[in-house]
Amino acid sequence: MSDYMDGNMLGGALAELFSMDVTSATVTCVSCGASWAIAQTRVYPHAPGMVARCPACDAVLLRLVRGPDRAWLDLRGINCLQLAVPGS
Amino acid sequence: MARAAVLGRLTWQVGTVAALRDESATARTITVDVPGWPGHLAGQHVDVRLTAPDGYSAERSYSIASAPQNGQAGSQKLDLTVQRLADGEVSPYLTQTLEVGYPLELRGPIGGWFVWDPAGPRAAAPVLLVAGGSGVVPLMAMIRERAAAGSRTPFRLIYSVRDPGAVLYGDELAQREQAGDGLEVRYVYTRTAPPGSGQPTGRISAALIAAAGWPPESSPAMFACGPTGFVEAAADLLVRGGQNPGAIKTERFGPSGGQS
Repeated sequence: MSDYMDGNMLGGALAELFSMDVTSATVTCVSCGASWAIAQTRVYPHAPGMVARCPACDAVLLRLVRGPDRAWLDLRGINCLQLAVPGS
Repeated sequence: MARAAVLGRLTWQVGTVAALRDESATARTITVDVPGWPGHLAGQHVDVRLTAPDGYSAERSYSIASAPQNGQAGSQKLDLTVQRLADGEVSPYLTQTLEVGYPLELRGPIGGWFVWDPAGPRAAAPVLLVAGGSGVVPLMAMIRERAAAGSRTPFRLIYSVRDPGAVLYGDELAQREQAGDGLEVRYVYTRTAPPGSGQPTGRISAALIAAAGWPPESSPAMFACGPTGFVEAAADLLVRGGQNPGAIKTERFGPSGGQS
């Protein structure tokens, strides 16, 4: 299966919601405990919305659905999101 | 950290097409003038949105090909190079219909991970760039940024293309390589090599990566971009060659070799 893309492609949609670049953030997979930058996850953009999966165990890390005036962000597969906060 | 990425929430904005240039029979560079463009880092991308009169819209991500500010402070222009896909929904419009003066809706710059920053903490580490087809675009931004910043960090580019006609930026790469300041380019032709070159055709291999890349002891920074299968193969070869997986950054376009 190679019908996925990188978490890099989530950057624009996430930058609409967050004030900093989330694709560089490190996440830990609830299912297997592996850590990744969001940019390294496998994104399947063909579902109604975008689904990011763990490259190691394939568990769903994140789902993002965007409507005309709202967004649904499901982070069920991530037990910690570690962000570098510039200037801190 | 991406300086440009800490400015706050991104919103869509409208730029104007300032110039168009064909890079190959199927790829075109679009220079967009974006008022208030905050600048970017080499390797970042933008999302482009096309909206039909009936309200249907389609978004695609395209890598920025130009160096940040084109080496000029205050420039609000950026270059996108778009590869046309025959069954694409967005790329045919961008490569065939769009004209100078047309508006183009985009948001960016996006991404702080797949970037090379001459002012970053790893700026002195030798760099290996591995491109499959139009995956060369964000890597070209890095090569241009290296030159614009006056960096002498050694760069090596392994560039896999189907045939010589598919090469993007060929003349510019040759000129930059001939400048002799630390950029080396190695082409891999998967179907047809240049006539008379005697170069074999084939895919990137462990032997080629070892010959044209860097030894693991030099702790290179590595960037691979292209179709998903190509990038997976390149990353596997690098890891099997003893490279640190944590120093390999990838950007995969999906199965089709382009972002339609």
